[in-house]
Amino acid sequence: MRILQIDKKDWSAGLEKSRKDYTLIGPVKEGNNVSKFKELAAGEEPDFSITTTTMSPKSVVFPQSEVMFTFTTDSASADCNIMKVPEKSYSPRAVIGIRPFDAVAMKIVKMNFDTPDYQDPYWCDAYAACTFIGLAITDPEACDFSTSTGTGPFDTSGLDVLLVDAGDYYLAEVVTDKGDSWIQSASFDQEADAESVEILHSMRKEAKKKIESTVEFANIDKKETLDLYNEKYWDSISFPCLNCGTCTYVCPTCWCFDIQDEMAHKNGRRMKNWDSCMFPNFTIHTTGHNPRNTKLMRVRQRFMHKLKYHQSKYNMGIMCVGCGRCVTSCPVNIDIREVCKQMNS
Amino acid sequence: MINPYLPYPIRIDDIIVESEDRSLKTFKFVFLDPKDEEKFSYQAGQFAEISIPGQGEIPIGLASSPVEKGFIAFTINRAGKVTSHLHNMKVGDILGVRGPLGNPYPWDTMKGKNLLFIGGGFAFTTLRSSVVYLLHPDNRDKYGAIDVVYGSRSPGMLLYLDELKAWEARDDINMHITVDGTDDPDWKYNVGFVPPVAEEKAPKSEGDTYAIVCGPPIMIKFTLPVLEKLGYDHDHIILSLENRMKCGIGMCGRCGIGEQLVCKDGPVFTLAEVNNTPKEF
Amino acid sequence: MHTYIDKIREIASRLLKEEAVEMVIGYQEGTLPMISPPMSVRSAEDVEKLTWSSHCCINLANYLTDIKGKVAVFAKGCDCRSIVNHIAEGKVKREDVVIIGVPCNGMMERRTISNIFGDEIEEVVEEADGTVIVRGKGREEKYQKSDLLRQCCRVCVHKNPVLYDELVADPVAIPEDIQRYKEVEKIEAREIDKRWKFFENLISTCIRCYACRDACPTCYCPTCFVDEAQPQWVGKGDDEPDVMTFHILRAFHTAGRCTDCGACVSACPMGINMRAFTKKLEKDCLDLWDWEAGLTSDMRPALETFTPSDPEDNFK
Repeated sequence: MRILQIDKKDWSAGLEKSRKDYTLIGPVKEGNNVSKFKELAAGEEPDFSITTTTMSPKSVVFPQSEVMFTFTTDSASADCNIMKVPEKSYSPRAVIGIRPFDAVAMKIVKMNFDTPDYQDPYWCDAYAACTFIGLAITDPEACDFSTSTGTGPFDTSGLDVLLVDAGDYYLAEVVTDKGDSWIQSASFDQEADAESVEILHSMRKEAKKKIESTVEFANIDKKETLDLYNEKYWDSISFPCLNCGTCTYVCPTCWCFDIQDEMAHKNGRRMKNWDSCMFPNFTIHTTGHNPRNTKLMRVRQRFMHKLKYHQSKYNMGIMCVGCGRCVTSCPVNIDIREVCKQMNS
Repeated sequence: MINPYLPYPIRIDDIIVESEDRSLKTFKFVFLDPKDEEKFSYQAGQFAEISIPGQGEIPIGLASSPVEKGFIAFTINRAGKVTSHLHNMKVGDILGVRGPLGNPYPWDTMKGKNLLFIGGGFAFTTLRSSVVYLLHPDNRDKYGAIDVVYGSRSPGMLLYLDELKAWEARDDINMHITVDGTDDPDWKYNVGFVPPVAEEKAPKSEGDTYAIVCGPPIMIKFTLPVLEKLGYDHDHIILSLENRMKCGIGMCGRCGIGEQLVCKDGPVFTLAEVNNTPKEF
Repeated sequence: MHTYIDKIREIASRLLKEEAVEMVIGYQEGTLPMISPPMSVRSAEDVEKLTWSSHCCINLANYLTDIKGKVAVFAKGCDCRSIVNHIAEGKVKREDVVIIGVPCNGMMERRTISNIFGDEIEEVVEEADGTVIVRGKGREEKYQKSDLLRQCCRVCVHKNPVLYDELVADPVAIPEDIQRYKEVEKIEAREIDKRWKFFENLISTCIRCYACRDACPTCYCPTCFVDEAQPQWVGKGDDEPDVMTFHILRAFHTAGRCTDCGACVSACPMGINMRAFTKKLEKDCLDLWDWEAGLTSDMRPALETFTPSDPEDNFK
């Protein structure tokens, strides 16, 4: 599709214009220099200085806590104990500045929530409402190993538009009709000249070259599940693990969740909350029996799921986009690249 | 888009105390909307999420049978938060159900074959569903000989006692009821654990019999070697697994054993399939 | 290379060779700059993997509670006090653990250095004179270690191990002018609603990953109160009252037991300073009962016991 050129001095005005048709969501800094994607208040702009947000944008379609149903347990009510779907807005939202690997992560998570048998309406409706206006990574971070997971700093496969910061202007590669609608809503209409297009291509090459961190996983697919499962190295890999949920919560592809009822007097709501395979409670039976009752088993589950089970179940590569968040956020530096290396060797 | 998390509203129609210690009750539910009953079309071996607003949901195997119309039934052990609450509910109370979920026993594959059911304790529910289905006049001819080995701690802990006795009296099903022990002088069935009773009474595989095993882990552990002795191949031994579940539709991720999800890919697996997983259940 | 490293490896090697212990718990080099993660070594050939740096922020006492057999552990002043606390609470037997004390001049957190430097950091070099050279994105900055220290290390008065079988080096000097509770006093001085607002802001970015709890040696409850289902004390979502309940209750659970090791803050992926809760409780324990956690294993922690001399009337 077409490639546009957006002068940086026109950027804010275009962004504002698109608000009439879209809720804008983008990366912002908060607290102690951490960052996440959130709805941008009027006048607020996405912070493009952040390469990898602390929290991934998965929360845009998969919030940490989401109301699934509301209900009353008041026996005087005709609707006592009947679940009601709360009204939710799925009006168009533009996710501005999502990085290419995070958009690919959305497609991976889609495999879980949008299946031939069942569709999770909360996830699917939110995803369908999104237009992903990506921002190419021109200056990759040291822990970015996205080129070896099948995506990369300029990958458009999960995006509707790819923006490239070319100094005084952005180049906008329109990938889908959905993306084109946002471009029109923002009234960006200057076609890029041939020279700019050339710049985009060379920047793409340049950025890819800058990524030095890689993983290899071809052998993992060939190995038997149970052989990998019984390897000795899980002991040393898991030793430092605190069994906190950090890696799973910052991960753009981790999708596991919990369902919890919350009550305030007789008014209740059924919640969908993020959960983590790192937590012992994740798998504990009512009897107290826990099929993954050790730290080692839980750490192994996370890596086996990402690097082995997902591959053998879907035959679509690993369940990791190489964003590097778990590597940098893990309090004890458990590095998926090193784990992958051991599993692949 | 159909919301797979939205339970069908149901009403408690009847509650039957099944065990002498009152820890097991069978709940009969009727759908508030008859159309929901049509949507809830199930086969023996499937389960459902029983949903109690404010308490949560629990996955429970269907104890009623597809040939029984107008209600669904579950036999429920009082164990955790949801089941304890349910045990205190009364006829007429409203709750919800989601399902049917998971795969049934492989009824098509097993057509024309002999069937051996081995059950222990309160895990007999989906086996009851199966036997009722099989004994129905429409279905009995489609399958070969049926043997049932079912045991519990004591006579008072056996589920569905009246039905068991009725099946004993029939000549198209071979019942082998047993209890771990009893001081009842009138007890006329077997005494002993399920595995040795199965070894003595159950038919040999002859390559053509399917064994469906449901019970506590310890029973399964000692029953599998017995089935091997009786010549059952691993792909003719069928297990119904349990793991902690939430969504029941293969999304929330917690019931995984390797790449298989117990809720969606199971809960019915052959032993051959289970042996290829890390067995985290 | 840190001057302690040779000695650390020598001790570990000796203990393993003599079969005095089955395992040595120490720190290894990380795959990123500014982090030295915990590791265990079971054979003398592997002791070369052990290291020491100014980034040994995780408290190794946390790794002792589930371990069977005799182990050796490297312990800073604060870690040592956590071990003493474990012994006092019957969580660890003194005879099962060989404590290798490490006098400590303070640790530096990755987040602090990154925030000050601004760009992604490729390398951090610490000179013997306390200069820290930080390199990244084609530039280099020099800092004083004292300016990069973790807050808990800046106000630490227990830099030297209190209980040990061996020492890695001579004790370090404790500055006399340390104002231990300046940060607490600042919060105390706020009006009550502003104080509440302060704590609300403090935890506003919390994602409930529980890294703080899981890095904390005193948080060893087999089932944490947030994980209880029957009864369920607290909601599991991201509602602020639930998040606040977690932090406040956790802090109170550690009262009289927390050694201000700072592992919670260092572990937090969101950079939350939950010491703002625990340091106040430490101060209160000192003010009210003259109690400091982990200095003796002969007494139960402050909030687990009472005496006629306690200040509260209701105990008399």
